[in-house]
Order: sequence, then C-alpha cells, then structure tokens
Amino acid sequence: MALPFVGSILIALLLRTNSRLLPASVAGFIAATVAIATAALYPFVRNGGVVRFEAEWLPQLGVNLTLRMDGFAWMFAMLVAIIGLMVVLYARYYMSEDDPVPRFFSFLLAFMGSMLGIVVSGNVILLAVFWELTSLSSFLLISYWHQNPAARDGARMALTVTATGGFCLLVGLLILGNIVGSYDLDAILAAGDQIKADPLYLTSLVLILLGAFTKSAQFPFHFWLPNAMAAPTPVSAYLHSATMVKAGVFLLVRLSPALSGTYEWFILVGLAGITTLVLGAYFAMFQQDLKGLLAYSTISHLGLITTLLSLGSPVATVAAIFHMMNHATFKASLFMAAGIIDHETGTRDMRRLSGLLRYLPITGRLAMIASAAMAGVPLLNGFLSKEMFFAEAVETHADSWLDTALPYLAVIASAFSVAYSLRFIHTVFFGPPPVDLPNPKPHEPPHWMRFPIEFLVVACLVVGIVPNFTIGPFLEVAAFSVLGESTPEYSLSIWHGFNIPLMMSLLALSMGIAIYVVFRDYFSRCDDGPPWFRHLRGQRIFERVLVTLSWRWARSLEGRLGTRNLQPQLRWVTFIGFMAALLPLYLSGFQPRMIAPSGVDAPFLGMWIVGGCLAIGTAYLAKYHRLAALVMLGGVGLIVCTTFVWLSAPDLAVTQLLVEIVTTVLILLGLRWLPKRANTLKDELTFRARFRRFRDFLLASICGVGMAFIAYAVMTMRVPDAIANFLLENAYTQGGGRNVVNVILVDFRGFDTLGEITVLGIVALTVYALLRRFRPASDSMAPPEQQRAQSVFDEQQPDRDVGDTVRDYLLVPSVIMQWLFPVVITLAIYIFIRGHDLPGGGFSAGLTMSIAFLLQYLAGGTRWAEERIRILPLHWMGSGLLVAAATGIGSWLLGYPFLTSHSRYLDLPLIGKVPAASAMLFDLGVFLLVVGSTVLILVALAHQSVRINRIRAIDESREEPS
Amino acid sequence: MELVLAIAIGIMTSCGVWLILRPRTYQVIIGLSLLSYAVNLFIFGVGGLKSDEPPLLVDGVAIETLTDPVPQALVLTAIVIGFATTALFLVVLLASRGLTGSDHVDGRSDRR
Repeated sequence: MALPFVGSILIALLLRTNSRLLPASVAGFIAATVAIATAALYPFVRNGGVVRFEAEWLPQLGVNLTLRMDGFAWMFAMLVAIIGLMVVLYARYYMSEDDPVPRFFSFLLAFMGSMLGIVVSGNVILLAVFWELTSLSSFLLISYWHQNPAARDGARMALTVTATGGFCLLVGLLILGNIVGSYDLDAILAAGDQIKADPLYLTSLVLILLGAFTKSAQFPFHFWLPNAMAAPTPVSAYLHSATMVKAGVFLLVRLSPALSGTYEWFILVGLAGITTLVLGAYFAMFQQDLKGLLAYSTISHLGLITTLLSLGSPVATVAAIFHMMNHATFKASLFMAAGIIDHETGTRDMRRLSGLLRYLPITGRLAMIASAAMAGVPLLNGFLSKEMFFAEAVETHADSWLDTALPYLAVIASAFSVAYSLRFIHTVFFGPPPVDLPNPKPHEPPHWMRFPIEFLVVACLVVGIVPNFTIGPFLEVAAFSVLGESTPEYSLSIWHGFNIPLMMSLLALSMGIAIYVVFRDYFSRCDDGPPWFRHLRGQRIFERVLVTLSWRWARSLEGRLGTRNLQPQLRWVTFIGFMAALLPLYLSGFQPRMIAPSGVDAPFLGMWIVGGCLAIGTAYLAKYHRLAALVMLGGVGLIVCTTFVWLSAPDLAVTQLLVEIVTTVLILLGLRWLPKRANTLKDELTFRARFRRFRDFLLASICGVGMAFIAYAVMTMRVPDAIANFLLENAYTQGGGRNVVNVILVDFRGFDTLGEITVLGIVALTVYALLRRFRPASDSMAPPEQQRAQSVFDEQQPDRDVGDTVRDYLLVPSVIMQWLFPVVITLAIYIFIRGHDLPGGGFSAGLTMSIAFLLQYLAGGTRWAEERIRILPLHWMGSGLLVAAATGIGSWLLGYPFLTSHSRYLDLPLIGKVPAASAMLFDLGVFLLVVGSTVLILVALAHQSVRINRIRAIDESREEPS
Repeated sequence: MELVLAIAIGIMTSCGVWLILRPRTYQVIIGLSLLSYAVNLFIFGVGGLKSDEPPLLVDGVAIETLTDPVPQALVLTAIVIGFATTALFLVVLLASRGLTGSDHVDGRSDRR
C-alpha cells in the first residue's frame, strides 16, 4: 500500500529528462498505478475495515511510520489519484514547449505523494509532516513560472500562511497527543471524551483549526488562494480546488470524532465557515479574472463544507464528505475549461471575452454543465449536496443566533453562487464575438486535452442523476469509517417531494438569476473586486503585517536590546556565565564532602605569590605597556607550566611550555602592527568612565571569588570513580602505551583528536587567508624607529652600507640558533617517538618542530630564512590530515570500527625494541598537521614584514608621478 | 596546595575578566590568555591534586595511586585549541586594526 506513494516520490526525484512526453507519461503511469492500487484495496475497506501498515520510526517518541486506510481515506485517495491522472493528462497538452516540463511533473508527483501521505497517515505527527510537504510542493508549483513576480509573491504568501498554519497544527497535534498519551490516530479517535474533558482541549482545538483554516483558505486566511492563481492552471485545478485545499476540511472530518460536538467547535468552525461561505460567494461575483472567480467560488464552497462540519450532526458530516467529492469534480473541470479558454484566447479577463461558444462549442457546453453543478441545478451532483446542506441548515443544532441565521445566509450565499456561475457562462460563451483578443483565432483544443473535462463532467451528470448506483456505496463506506455506529440513514435521491430544502433551492436559483439580470451591466464594467471591500485587501493587510513583524518590530527590538559594541556583549556573557554557575549552587544548596586538603608546600606558595602578582601586573600594564604585559603573561604561563610538573602532569607541562613559546612569538610579531600611544588623548576620567570601570572591577572580582570558591570545592571533593580507572587499566592492554594521556588522545578519544587537528588546520588556513590581503594601518607603515636609527648610523659611518647593522644584529645568538636547527629537529623526533610510553607525543613534537623553523626566522630574519628554507606548510597539513584519517580508515579494511588501533613492539636492528602501535601512525598525522599549521600561522605573520616593504615601494611609486 | 591553587585560579580569572571587558583589542587577547590559564588549571584540578604520580604505567606501581589522566587529556586538547584561537584572534585583531585604523574592540573609539 505504501509502495505507489513512495514510488511516486522516488520517481519525482529521479526525473531530469529533456523530453516532453516522457515525464508526462511517467507521471501518468504513476498516477494510474496509484489509482489502480488504491482501487484494489476497496474490498478490504468495504465493510468498515482498516488497512494498516506500521514501521518503527522513532518508537521512543511514539512516532511511527503508520499508514492506515479506511473508507474515508480510500475515497480521498481515489480522488487524489484520479484527478491527479486527469490533471497529468491535461497538463501534457497545457504546458508549452518552453517550460521546463520535467520539473513541473516532478513537483506535481511530489505533491501527489505528500497529499496521499496526509490521507493515509495513521500517526498525527506523520500527518503534520506530510501536511508541511504539501505546503512546500504547493509553494514550488505556484512559483513554477518564477520569472513572473506575481507568481513569486503568490507562492511566498501561500507558503507563509499555510506553513504558519502547519506549525500551529503541529503544536495542536502535539498537545492532542499528550492528552491522549499516543500519537496514533486510532487511539486519538477513540479518546474523544477524554480529549473534550481536558483543560487543554480549547488550546489544542484552536491550534488545529488554525492549521485547517489556513490550508482550506477559510476567512480570515482566505486571501492567499486567489493570489495562488498565478500558478499554471493544472496546478490550480489540482491543488487549489480539488485536493490540497481540501486537506483542511479533510482533517476536520478526520478528527471530528475526537474534537467535534462541543459548543466551542460549533462557534469557531461555524463562524469561520459561514463567513467564508457568504463572503467568498459575494467576492466571486465581482471578479474579472476567470480564475479569480473560480478561486473565490472555491473559497465559498470550502466555507460551505466547513459550515456543514460545524453542525456536528452525522447527516451533515455525510453531506460534507459528499460535497468534497462533488466540488472536486466540477471545480477541477471548470478550472481546466478556464485553462483552455486562457490557452486559446490568451486572456482570462472577462471584460474582453465574449461569444466564445462559436469557437469552442464542446468546451463551452462542458463548462456550462459544470457551472450548473456549481450553481446547484437539479440533476447534477452539486444539487444533491446542496440540498443536504439546506436540509441541515434548517434544522436547529445548537440554539444560538448563528444557527437561526444559517438558513437565510445559506440561501443568500447560494443565490450569489448562482449569479456568478451564470455570469461565468453568459459573459464568456454568449454575446457578440470577441474583439481584439491577444490570440485572434481560438479553436477547440486537442481531444485528449478536453478528455479530463469530459470525464469529470460525465461524473457530475451520472452522480447527479443516479446517485445511488454510483457514489452511494462508496459514500456509505466513507461515512461509516468516520462516524462508525452513528452513521445515519440518509437518502441520496433527487426527489424528496416539495419540502423546505427544495423551496430554498428554487428560491436561491431565482434570486441568483435576478441578481445577475439586475447587476449585469455593473459586473461587466466594474473594477476587479467587490464594492466596499475593494480597498480592504487581505493581501495588503498581510503585507503590512509582514513588514511590521519582520522589519519594524525586529528593528526596534534590535535598537532597544541589541548593541554593536563588543563590551556590553561581553559584559552580559560574563554576567550570565556567573549567574549560570551561581544559580544551581543557590537552588540545590551546597554540601561539602571534603577530603583533607594536602599540606601546603612553601615553594609552591611562593611561586604562586609571584604568579598572582604577575597576573595582576599583566592586567594593569596591558593598556599602555604591551611588551611588559606580554613578558608578565609569559611569566604566568611558565608558572602554570611548573604547576603542571609539580602536580604530576608532565605531558601538559611540555605542551604548555611549547605553546607558551609559540604564542609569545606570535604576539611579538603582531605587536609591530598595533598603534602607538596617542599622546593627544587626555587620560581624564569622566564620571561615566569611572562608573564603568568600577562595574567591571566588581564583575571581575565576583567572578574571581566565585571561581576560586568553586575550584577549591571541586578540588577538595572526592573524585567519583568514573572512567579514570578504566583508562588506566586498559591503556596498556588495549592501547599498547604506557603514557595514559597520550593513549587517550590518540586511541581512546582518537576521533576527538581528529576533529581537533582539523580545527587547527582550519584556523591556520583562516589565518593565512586573512593575512593574504592584510594591509596595515597607515601609521604602522613606516619602518620602525630602531631600523631608522640604524640606517642613520650606517649612513654616517663611511665604511658601512645601509642595512649592515640590521644584518649584524644579534650575530652570535643567530649563529648558535642556526646551528641548533638539526638539534631541535632531532629533539622533535625524540619527543615524538617516546610519546606513547613517556611524556611527549605528536602535539609536543609538532610544536617543537615548528619552533625549529621559527628559530631560523628569528635568527636570520624573514628574508634570509625564506631564501634558504622552503617550507610547504600546506603539504604538511594535508599529509597530516590524510595520514590520520587513513589510519582510521585502515581499521575499516581489517573489519574493525573507525580508528581502532593495534599495537606491538618491533625489534629493529641497532635501535632495539620500538613500540609500534597503529596509534603511532595516527600520532604521526597529528604531528604533521601541527607542524604545518603552526608554521603556516607563524610564517604568514612573519612574512608581513617582507610584504610591507613591497607595499611601501608600490605606494611610493604611485605617489611620485602625482 | 588546593587553597593556593584555588586562589591563584581566582586571581587569574579576575584579571582575565577585567581585561576582556577593556576596550582595547590587545587587552582582550591578553585577558583571554589569562582566562584560559585559569580554566585549564581548573579543569586539571577537577581530577584532584597529586604530586609526583604522573599517569605513566610503570611495572610495580598500583594504578590507583596514579593521577586521573582524563582531565589531563582534556586540558591538553584545551591548550592546543586555546593556541589556535589565540592565533586566530590575533590575526583578526591585526586585520581589524589595519582596516579600521583603530585598535578599539568596536573598530572605532567614539560611542554611537
């Protein structure tokens, strides 16, 4: 059962051909298959049976892929499939050569799949998913002619309205599911009383109704439907009259056993339905666009169905289902007829069309029958359901003014609908031959384009004349599946004798004719849109609301709450961070479970007294004495490093030391490009500045105190035995290394490390990219003071050339550093190899290696180093990442999960026993990448001093001619 | 020991927070470095403080006496990532200074 619908989506995704016929035939084939498959299920649902298919999707959330088909779903699925087939056939001829036809059919099939999904969903969450899918595919189909702005606007509006409704629906269904305790449709339908008694019933009802009303274009959300008429006509016929807009009322019918019957239901649904019914019919009379008329008429008919559902009586529900089917048949055929008229004449403006019957005799007659069905003329299907509607309207269901007014409103709306049907036919097909049509010679379309209309019109006739032999049994099955035991006795016959409904019908007919005769001239002259309401456009209001919401409110919120300054943001972040730490402590209390703190070591205390002073000094000096602050920061770093050694973390100490070196050099390189102290700025403090400083100081102090407190508390608590012992026990047996920290990094948490080195590589590339276009501020362009002094000195000495002093600068240290190059590389390799068993490893080795390169830059200067060593950091990085990933993938080849490691010791001649774990290869990748990215960052920064000379030279040469 | 380290962490946090709230980019980068020291030491401290028992498996030493290696592995990662962010921030700082001509965190000194 799921097969055709899954298949239709699948093929929709695969369709990318250029042929015109192929997509149409594939789509037709799919639609036909769906229709046949659905039809084949009829024996299973005939006796009130339910076909179910269930697959687990998210069982822990109670969301399963449940499909269920009962009589009602069967009927709707048939409707979707058969009209889909007709529309595909029609569209085959309707779409022009220039349109991307495969896309059209692919969207259409996607829609068909999602619509079928709604119909057969057995789980409300699944239903909401398909619901959104129909909104999406409707958006894509409306905007099919995306070069047309009206299509884009209409599509956007339709999506905004229906998707907002869909969101409300989802929330409503979630509430419903929570009330019942299950998202399964059967469970929800069975729990009607429980739902209605729940305090959240009203909330859920309103939300679900919002979803249904937006989808079914009920007042006040009706305005999107006329704008959606910018879609190709097959889409209007299929989505916006026959199926998608029916999804809303479908849902109301589906959920009516669970939700309906209360006073709230009657008022909410009834009010919306009646308003829509009357207003839609009234608006439709004044439309000049053929499709606009049909759109408003669709709205009005949907209102009729909604009104029927609001009554909550079984017969009304039957009538609603019946009218859904009838409306789908005659409205789809009318849309197709309108499409043919548009296709043949080139316009849909009723002021320009007239007397088309002589050119389109067959289409014209078909359209006449269909509009007669729309108007509710006897012997046609529209008449039958309208009769039932009248009969229900007369009966009193809930005693209120709404109920009393209903019969009168029904007659008025019905009269309007007679009037607009008459107007449609009379204007377009009768009267003098049309003048100045864009397409002067209209003629009958190919027969197969007309065939869908013929088919549907015949359906109207047959159902209208012999209802009991055609639709009767199906309708009964559908009604039974919704209403169950309370399925009423009803009669589908045409003649019930002279009773009130018949009188109402006749009254409506004659009133409608009278309206048309009286106002005929006005209709043909008036502007688009009904009098009084012409300026009150739903579309306009919608756009206003959108602008207000997404622009004005957003702006004012940003202006009030937002800031573009970093400091307030950071202040808030810090404050919230502090509160986030404080709140749990405050709420759940603090229970000290102290273990005795270890005794204080005097040297440790002394070291940290120095460290604290250095930290404070850094904070104090960072504003004006950058170098001093950097030196002090380095001091703090060293003390941190010593602390790591002291507290048995040699790995950390090594890494910290190396990172400290590299960071310091980096910042030193950067210092050159920062501005000098501006002497013009007076250091006078205003009151506000004093206040700011005081506030920041306060914030910093409480953060510090809080952090110290938490740190002390944490450190004096017993460590729960979590994973530490596991790692310690298994590091050697499974990871093959004695240095547990390293084993964790390259083995147990190897995947994290892979991610981490990737981040490092990305950072390096970003730094490189940022610096490629780096242009320093104008005041840092000049050569630094020291260089200038040296140049002046060189010029004064007769035996020296300019630049000699720079070259001789720090000569002895630089020679030593150059000699150290191989030594440092050896050290790096040593650190790398011992890493698995002793402190060291890829990270520290990589950093050491990059320091080796760095030393050369420091010793010889950037230009000297770049002339002699060609480092290709990108190659290092790339190979590092590849090696690391390949090591991980290698374990796949041997049938283990990603990054499983293997270890053994190798006996190498001369060297002896060498640990050789596959994790070591991974570590090699880490090493290569760390070298590559660190060097890339440092070199990119150091290279600026070479680049700056070039920029300076270019600037000077540019200035000279001017 | 614990008390000393806790107070040290507190002092570094205070200085770091103070500095990242300052208006000059250089102050912020130094402040971030100080903060990262504090945070690293804090995470490291979670595992408890033990002197002279590094998590290196040596035959004949009971593993229960060794220091918890997990915080160490975490901090090792944190150090490297901290280095990367510092480098990135430094370059952003320089580029911003080059583009705007100001080393204020907002790229301009006047308040708007």
